[in-house]
Amino acid sequence: MSFISDYIYYFGAFGLIFIGLYIILVKRNLIKVIIGLSILETGVNLFLISVGYIGSGTAPIFSKPGLKASSMVDPVPQALVLTAIVIGVAVLALALSLAIRVYRHFGTLNLRKIKEQRW
Amino acid sequence: MRRIVSLILLAVVAVGVALSLSRIPFGTPKTRVGEYYIREGRKETGAVNIVTAVVVNYRGFDTLGEVTVLFTAAVGVGAVLQLFGGKSKYIKRRPASLILRTGCRFLFPLILLVGAYIFIHGHLTPGGGFQGGAVVASAYLLFYLGCRERRISEEATQAVESLSGLVFLVVGVLGLFAGGYFLLNFLPKGDPGSLLSAGVIPVIYIAIGFKVGSELAGIIDKLMEETE
Repeated sequence: MSFISDYIYYFGAFGLIFIGLYIILVKRNLIKVIIGLSILETGVNLFLISVGYIGSGTAPIFSKPGLKASSMVDPVPQALVLTAIVIGVAVLALALSLAIRVYRHFGTLNLRKIKEQRW
Repeated sequence: MRRIVSLILLAVVAVGVALSLSRIPFGTPKTRVGEYYIREGRKETGAVNIVTAVVVNYRGFDTLGEVTVLFTAAVGVGAVLQLFGGKSKYIKRRPASLILRTGCRFLFPLILLVGAYIFIHGHLTPGGGFQGGAVVASAYLLFYLGCRERRISEEATQAVESLSGLVFLVVGVLGLFAGGYFLLNFLPKGDPGSLLSAGVIPVIYIAIGFKVGSELAGIIDKLMEETE
């Protein structure tokens, strides 16, 4: 039991990652595949943040005097995730615009019915 | 069949991930570089927010690359939707109700103000160019949903985007001339914790805020054009 409670953030992050992967592998609707991609990305971001967590640490911001450097969490994963979230939004927009083009061209979003896309 | 194969595949991957993650303890310090940034960051960069110091100063080049990725995605959205799309036009929609329009007009400048506050104070408080830019873009999303008959000018977003990207590059090249390093923090650091401190960090973060805001607003504009 302590394994689960110690690693609860890892379980949450990889739960999201595997839900996203399952959706990408199984679903036929292109919009649902893109939703799966988004869930996957959220899981990866959560994983990076939880790797950088340090027990009972605060945000790495010296916003008031008296904060100790030793009680702060790792700033590097936070800096990486910060940019990854915004890039994720842009990638999501690109994927959705590609989905619009696919729908215009083939008249369907079902991946099984698109001939060139059979897999 | 497909479901079963996928589930087996995911189960195999999950076992591997669990085995490797059980060796990585949760909540312990893992990197020395993070400790160094926290210990020396205030002195070296003048920024109180260490995450900002990492994003703009220590990993400024990396951030330039990420801004480029964002730019490429925005260009890709435009290319996919308009270049090969042929006709892209707004259809006449029913105007929103009076309450919606008034609320949107009232909230739009306030959201812009919050966004600007977030990216101007990026080196002092939680926030920065990326977050502030996203808030600014959300103001434009509200504008599109609430005041449906209006739209923002595409040329203006592109001009703001290009100019702010240019500011980022010019500040980097100025650092090259001032001290021999690209993106060197050549301005005076000032007193950590005050608004005018941390050298070039606020300048770059304001440029990133404008760039991200105009890029996301442009993406919203292009996606709204496609709703037929």
